[in-house]
Amino acid sequence: MITKEPVITVKNMVKKFGHFVANDNLNFEVYKGEIFGFLGANGAGKTTAIRILCGLSTPTSGEMKVAGFDVFRQTEKIKQNIGYMSQKFSLYEDLTIYQNIRFYGGVYGMKVAERKARTTEMLDRLGLTDYENRKIGDLPLGWKQKLAFSIAILHQPKIVFLDEPTGGVDPITRRQFWNLIYEAVEKGITVFVTTHYMDEAEYCDRVSIMADGRIVALDTPEKLKEQYNASNMDEVFLKIAR
Amino acid sequence: MKRFLAFLRKEFFHIFRDPRTLIILFGIPIAQLMLFGYVMTNEVRNVKIAIVDHSQDDFSKRLTNRLLSSGFFQLSAIPTAEADYENLFRSGTIKELVIFGPDFGRHLINEGRADIQVIADASEPNAAQLIVNYTTAITNSFVKNELMKDQVLPGINIKVRMLFNENMRDAYNFIPGLIAVILMLISAMMTAITIAREKESGTMEILLASPLRPIQIILGKVVPYMLLSIVSALVVLALGMIVFKVPVIGSFALLLAEILLYIFLALSLGILISTFVDSQLTAMAISGFVLMLPSILLSGFIFPIKNMPIPLQVIANLMPPRWFIEINRSVMLKGGGLAEIWPNTLILLGLSILFIFISVKKFKIRLQ
Repeated sequence: MITKEPVITVKNMVKKFGHFVANDNLNFEVYKGEIFGFLGANGAGKTTAIRILCGLSTPTSGEMKVAGFDVFRQTEKIKQNIGYMSQKFSLYEDLTIYQNIRFYGGVYGMKVAERKARTTEMLDRLGLTDYENRKIGDLPLGWKQKLAFSIAILHQPKIVFLDEPTGGVDPITRRQFWNLIYEAVEKGITVFVTTHYMDEAEYCDRVSIMADGRIVALDTPEKLKEQYNASNMDEVFLKIAR
Repeated sequence: MKRFLAFLRKEFFHIFRDPRTLIILFGIPIAQLMLFGYVMTNEVRNVKIAIVDHSQDDFSKRLTNRLLSSGFFQLSAIPTAEADYENLFRSGTIKELVIFGPDFGRHLINEGRADIQVIADASEPNAAQLIVNYTTAITNSFVKNELMKDQVLPGINIKVRMLFNENMRDAYNFIPGLIAVILMLISAMMTAITIAREKESGTMEILLASPLRPIQIILGKVVPYMLLSIVSALVVLALGMIVFKVPVIGSFALLLAEILLYIFLALSLGILISTFVDSQLTAMAISGFVLMLPSILLSGFIFPIKNMPIPLQVIANLMPPRWFIEINRSVMLKGGGLAEIWPNTLILLGLSILFIFISVKKFKIRLQ
């Protein structure tokens, strides 16, 4: 499914906070239909970059396009075409599953019939059909995260940005979560994901590794392992960090 | 527009889902109203006193009756020994002691003067002053009626009228003030908390990453609380008019318009607070302590601003309730119109614009 058609292009992206350089001249492209992994230690500048690409933060300089729209001037159009799931849990705990879905459907301007059809299909896939009127706060964390992801792609965005989506859940749930990501990719959604679980890096089509605000490596997991003479991504990461 | 409506609906779900919100919105105003109405009253009623009568004649007995039948005083003790006086005060049995000297009536008739000693418990100075004033007033009118009814008095006869509040009712003071304080509390505090909650839970990020515009997010937060605050204001106003019989002499429409402006001001202050804080707790602390106490103490609600030291007067002038209370008093009690209250209205408007201006600036900086 992966083409060489870029949906995100980043050229010379720089973001400074005062004298601190959070993103130092980043250059990369993300192709349509791929899972692009964005790796790095805490504080390496991952979240800053993802926030810029989502239109939450204005870059200092550079030339960036997301889904064909300019990051400086067309943030509204970008927002219409992306989904976003932050590292903090992002549904309303005091509302029911149904109310949350209805809210996000409304915010993304979905038609009612369309929303209902996709909701039914989504709840069925997650096995949550009978829990529609449960409060989010009463659900286990793994369910919440799967639900948050499914709601983030309910409006079928071109790209979905996931900022450390699997923090704090067990390996089985993480595996299930990745199955959802693969299903999204099959529907033609491009996935941009940050993580610091190296086993998850293996699931990505390509990964970039950030350190101190710069991209120090970018390739498929296989090629990176070959290049750094490592048996898994964990070793690659440790070798780069050293 | 459709997006905005979806947002509004969500806000109302939050509000009705959480009983605490509704308690703050409607419970607090009603509780405060009752507290101020029935507990924090300065009126003298059924004050416990003791009377020592060393003359036991016709005049002293009639004056005693006059004092006790006034409704202000209630006889709690008739001490016989002087040693008891202090104990009665110390134990709190009485707040005032009235002592008639010997031969009270005879002195009064023969010499035109007689002595009464009044001792009051001044551990509460304001109350003591009030009680003594009432006692003095009743005694003077007694003397005038009993002794001098056939004589033409030389001297000045002072006739007092307490304008705008003839009966010196406390409610006339606290209802206009309470509306200001309550609206500041619920409007500013609730807005600050609700925005801080989105930040705390991380949903603010999601909202900002969605096609909703920042202005839609802010309006979506403000509109529900604006509606609820209006309802709350009307409840307080209605209770004040029905239960405490406070009049609205001026234009009711003008009063409502001013209330609306003030709510808008309180909401913009709430937004301003929310741009500085990231957690609900801080939002509550700031709007609770930093906002509430000054708006009760420095607004002229309880203590007159003119009696404060100059630095405090300057701070008081920055308190939005201070200007709104004046408006309320003017329209409700004096029948004031726009001709009287336009400066205050302009100040409220100016403060609202200032708060919104700073909020927008802060908001933009935050996004970078």
